[in-house]
Amino acid sequence: MRRILSVLMENEPGALSRVVGLFSQRGYNIESLNVAPTTDHTLSRLTLTTPGDDLKVEQITKHLNKLVDVVKVVDLTEGAHVERDMLLVKVRAVGAQRDEVKRTTDIFRGQIVDVGPATYIVQLTGPIDKLDSFLAALGETEILEVVRSGVAGMARGEKILSV
Amino acid sequence: MEQLSGGDMIVRALEDEGVEYIFGYPGGAALHIYDAIFKADSVPHILVRHEQAATHAADGYARATGKPGVVLVTSGPGATNAITGIATAYMDSIPMVVISGQVQSHLIGEDAFQETDMVGISRPIVKHSFMVQRTQDIPSIIKKAFFIATTGRPGPVVVDVPKDLTHPEHKFDYDYPETVSMRSYQPSVKGHSGQVRKAARLLLNAKRPVIYAGGGVIQGEGSELLTDLARKLNYPVTNTLMGLGAYPATDRQFLGMLGMHGFYEANMAMHHSDVILAVGARFDDRVTNTVSKFCPGAKIIHIDVDPASIAKIVPVDLPIVGPVTTVLKDLDAQIDQHIAASDRVIPDVEAIAEWWAQIDSWRAAHGLWHGRRYGESDFIMPQDAIRALYEATRGEAYVTSDVGQHQMFAAQYYKFDYPRRWINSGGLGTMGFGLPAAMGIKLALPDAEVACVTGEGSIQMNIQELSTCAQYDVPVKIVNLRNNYLGMVKQWQDMQYDSRYSESHYASSLPDFVKLAEAYGHVGIQVKDKADLEPAMREAFAMKDRLVFLDIFVEPHEHVYPMHVAPSGAMKDMWLSKTERT
Repeated sequence: MRRILSVLMENEPGALSRVVGLFSQRGYNIESLNVAPTTDHTLSRLTLTTPGDDLKVEQITKHLNKLVDVVKVVDLTEGAHVERDMLLVKVRAVGAQRDEVKRTTDIFRGQIVDVGPATYIVQLTGPIDKLDSFLAALGETEILEVVRSGVAGMARGEKILSV
Repeated sequence: MEQLSGGDMIVRALEDEGVEYIFGYPGGAALHIYDAIFKADSVPHILVRHEQAATHAADGYARATGKPGVVLVTSGPGATNAITGIATAYMDSIPMVVISGQVQSHLIGEDAFQETDMVGISRPIVKHSFMVQRTQDIPSIIKKAFFIATTGRPGPVVVDVPKDLTHPEHKFDYDYPETVSMRSYQPSVKGHSGQVRKAARLLLNAKRPVIYAGGGVIQGEGSELLTDLARKLNYPVTNTLMGLGAYPATDRQFLGMLGMHGFYEANMAMHHSDVILAVGARFDDRVTNTVSKFCPGAKIIHIDVDPASIAKIVPVDLPIVGPVTTVLKDLDAQIDQHIAASDRVIPDVEAIAEWWAQIDSWRAAHGLWHGRRYGESDFIMPQDAIRALYEATRGEAYVTSDVGQHQMFAAQYYKFDYPRRWINSGGLGTMGFGLPAAMGIKLALPDAEVACVTGEGSIQMNIQELSTCAQYDVPVKIVNLRNNYLGMVKQWQDMQYDSRYSESHYASSLPDFVKLAEAYGHVGIQVKDKADLEPAMREAFAMKDRLVFLDIFVEPHEHVYPMHVAPSGAMKDMWLSKTERT
């Protein structure tokens, strides 16, 4: 099962390498990773997705908590949460495909953010499966380039991840 | 406020931490710091002959005293040479602070002379590391380094200092912080009281209990509490390789070491137990044998200060995260309450007596200390050499070891009655550990007897330290069990590779260790005859002020037994000799 872990850590040089290093060192996988400073500039928030059963995720969480730079860790998938991934995809847009891509983008409530003579860049945000479905729905359209931000997420309601 | 340069700050901070020795080796990037050491003349520095030895010496010092070991090395090769010793300390949770010089800030990343990314290279084998970015931060970083290294589950901390930040002309305010608090690092100070209560109940209702104590009991200063608890309950205790001395070896309730080369009675008791109290132990693969077959009938209580050690390998019924001292005290109080409140006698005296009868029959059948469990030879048997060491030192010595057969023989046949006396690289298994570690201990405890049990393979990995011992007058005793093979490698080659001794044999090229010791100004004694063993041992230890190298020729084809049957064996499955299996 895919888990989303959200990590609040000191915004210090080397902190990210400790988190990433932990995963390679202990044989865990990172599927996606997203990190940026928070409004408190001494802290960074890192969100990562990793496959694993309860036991494995428990171990990962414990090891993350052991890192001296890490302040807090939550497994967002344990409760109700909002998750968002952002996708930019550059597609070949010529002839009938130009309309077809536009229609599919509308259905998924995406936006075309760049229009070239023979290409579009489509921007789409949502949970991972929505973005996956969109890529599948592009069908015959030639995908030239894909970039995704990695999942960012928050627990719903009153639960707050802060110091 | 006093103005100090970065180099002076480092030395002053070490002084303020109460550091007794710095183990190190100078070089370009560390020279400002070395000049500060010279000028301050406050903290003694021990100049080793290789940076690896500096880390092992600091490690030995830390294991014997409980205080953090301190290492100072230069950048590049100085730093990389220290890596093996840092990894050794990390695996065994030893408090250590390693200060490494770094090239000047503006050269970092330019492949400068003697530049290496020390923080990067050491990252997987440190508890934490710091790269100093401003001279003003040095006092608070060193304070944090010592705090992190010594609290929670201890471990090594690296502080990497670019040379320009230690420049003697750049001075800043020096104020060493008295306390430190870090929002991201708050080790547990107490176990969960509800869990402790449940543990007391489970423990008191056991019919076939075993206490399984590891290195954490020693590191956490819990030996006395654990011993009192075990005696109160009359429960059997086994120690891991790292835990030897946590419970007195000569006590009736001690089952010996458990695990791959553990005692028959210890492994059998574990396998057949119904409740295991694991304290400061981590269910290492050298303990458990096949994990899926590990102690099938046992409920497990696991006390550890490191939550990540709990349920890492083996599922646990009752986890308790906390320092061994406070948890054992709380557990003891809970046990008293339960006993007082119970309407029947707990623990169940009859069941425990029956359990002891069973354990005693295992002991009588195959116990390593109950009868002679090894053969005879024209050579000295390695086990007899350890027994002679035990006799000559009355069981009081600090014994370091290297890694291999001699390590297992020492663990099996030297009966450690006190914590911090058995000093070996259990986790990483670092050959070359023994001599420098012994050096660190002897410097810390000049009146103690310190013996390094080694083999001719291991001793050659850091033999250059004979020179350091000569410089600082460190009269340790080296007990070299010489069998002319890499013994443990040979044992596995005998057992699994039809005795094809691939690269484990070098007899024709070994030095004359007696002459070698003498070349460094020490005493060398060769022992070949059985009759000479005990007198030579006594003679060596009688020379209080001399380093003595005892080169003892032992039976080359002896194996270490018992040995877990692997792969796919359980705790109870052991080879008891070359031909006999459980």
